[in-house]
Amino acid sequence: MAKQVNRAARTVRTLLFVAVFLLAAFALAALLLLHDNISQRKQEARQHYFKVVALDEQTLDPAVWGRNFPLQYDSYRRTVDTERTLHGGSEAFGKLEADPRWVTLFKGYAFGVDYREERGHAYMLSDQITTRRVTEFAQVGACLHCHAAVLPAYQKVGREAGIPDEKRPEQIMKGFEIVCGMPYHQSRQLVSHPITCLDCHDPETTQLRATRPAFLNGIKALAASDYPLQQYPSIERWRQSRQGDYDVNALASRQEMRTFVCAQCHVEYYFKGKQKILTYPWHNGLEVQHSEAYYDAADFKDWIHTISKAPLVKPQHPEFELYSQGIHSRSGVSCADCHMPYQRVGAVKVSDHHVRSPLLNVARACQTCHPDSQNQLLAHAQRIQDKTASLMSRTQDAVLALIDDIAAAEKAAFPQHNLAAARDFHRKAFWRLDYISAENSMGFHADQEAARILAEAIDYARQGQEVLRPDAPAATAHAP
Amino acid sequence: MSRESFSFVTWKHTAPMILCALAGAATGMGLYTFYYAEGLSYMSDDPQVCVNCHIMRDQHDGWIKASHHAHATCNDCHLPHDVMGKYRAKAENGYHHSKAFTLNDFHEPIIIRQQNKDVLQANCRRCHAALVGQITNHAGSRHDDLGCVRCHRSVGHGP
Repeated sequence: MAKQVNRAARTVRTLLFVAVFLLAAFALAALLLLHDNISQRKQEARQHYFKVVALDEQTLDPAVWGRNFPLQYDSYRRTVDTERTLHGGSEAFGKLEADPRWVTLFKGYAFGVDYREERGHAYMLSDQITTRRVTEFAQVGACLHCHAAVLPAYQKVGREAGIPDEKRPEQIMKGFEIVCGMPYHQSRQLVSHPITCLDCHDPETTQLRATRPAFLNGIKALAASDYPLQQYPSIERWRQSRQGDYDVNALASRQEMRTFVCAQCHVEYYFKGKQKILTYPWHNGLEVQHSEAYYDAADFKDWIHTISKAPLVKPQHPEFELYSQGIHSRSGVSCADCHMPYQRVGAVKVSDHHVRSPLLNVARACQTCHPDSQNQLLAHAQRIQDKTASLMSRTQDAVLALIDDIAAAEKAAFPQHNLAAARDFHRKAFWRLDYISAENSMGFHADQEAARILAEAIDYARQGQEVLRPDAPAATAHAP
Repeated sequence: MSRESFSFVTWKHTAPMILCALAGAATGMGLYTFYYAEGLSYMSDDPQVCVNCHIMRDQHDGWIKASHHAHATCNDCHLPHDVMGKYRAKAENGYHHSKAFTLNDFHEPIIIRQQNKDVLQANCRRCHAALVGQITNHAGSRHDDLGCVRCHRSVGHGP
């Protein structure tokens, strides 16, 4: 009996020893792991930049930059990702198929044939080659300004035109002017990469810089105007003396550059004159009517609408312009603050180079400043966009009604002056409608401004219908 | 020396001895880890301690440039001012922060919890009592209170 008790006790004791042994081993292992973790976090805090390869103005391939800046490169590579938002995103869905009213609104123009939502930065060059606007219509080298890593090409062409390497800015400008006028497929041979690091960063210092010639010309002209620009303090400061030209790379603050590097391309533009020089119409100011006045003065049209015979101008993604009218711009928030928000990788603060809709990244894009839940913030943004979309839909109908009326009036041999006046109203109304449609925020960049522009478009369409009423007074030779 | 003099340790005590050694090693390692992690520093009021881990570096950098920099440090605003409350809050937040930083599983940007918001609000009122006493002495639930920093966002961590 006693022996049996002893044996049971011994078994329990052995099990206890094993348990204590395992517990102690586990505790030690956990402690070591914790120590390791703390050590790793401390290492993170000491992380800095390692220069692995030398970079210069000829380093076009982002993968080479990526060896020095692996964190930025990782996120840059994600611009291949395709994701829809409520009204946009980065999937190349057909806008004409989504809303066939645009086919009539663009009648006679390349955009009436093929018009898709833009994909991410990574696709800017390859998508340009496949669009029917390029395969079926003659385009020019000016397009490459914003669809390729084009600087070395401009330099090369400028050098061949006789501008020496010592005058680099002049060399690039000359190359730009020559490439603009080339047939697209010839100019395409000069470039190989979509957007690259060089386009926004100095290879020596990685500091932000503006390199695009059309932007350098555009911002110079904008600064030289009297249009108030409190949201860009370096321009206002330069205006106090107006000495020389406004040099964006020398004068703009880092925060302003976080907008200006994007404004190199996300703007309204046209190809000026026979040389097809890419030009940003900012000479009178940044608002919709300022660019319109510039085009009217230059007597510029993109095409003549097949049905109404009106000479129309197609706006192109005026993101910088519309955003500059909005509350975020007025509050000193840059493009990069929302579209490339800071992210923490270890202890390092990195700009997210996966440039995309903030609606896909609400936490980092919005919550850094707005203390509300992600759902609330997303709903707020989408409410603005939904309202803009519904107002835009009414504007489309209003412009279509005007087109119908012009066609009917022409058939009824209506007085020419009235027809001309109605066509001018079509030009004004379409310019405003497509200004908001082509702009890539569905009104969010400046909601009230977007509503103003669409309301004006509806009003111009109405005025155009007025001059075509049977009892309308005869219009004068010059339309209002 | 005879074997008798060691009679108080026999082979019978081997296992407890090993356990003791293990426990000692664990304690030593634990103490060293605590030292390595600058555990004692967390008992202090030095703002530098709050950026021992780099998650709040932005907040700390902002505070350096903010209007309250000259008047209040992290703990002045973020901890209760009674001894028990202070160390209880330190213990609780310390636990949450350590866990979050070790597992790296927290929401970014970091968002203050209601409990800590209440502490903050109480501290705004404590220092600015002379100014806000008339505003805040009316009846109403704590949840009606909008919170000073809802509007005065930049005073602590800058714009």
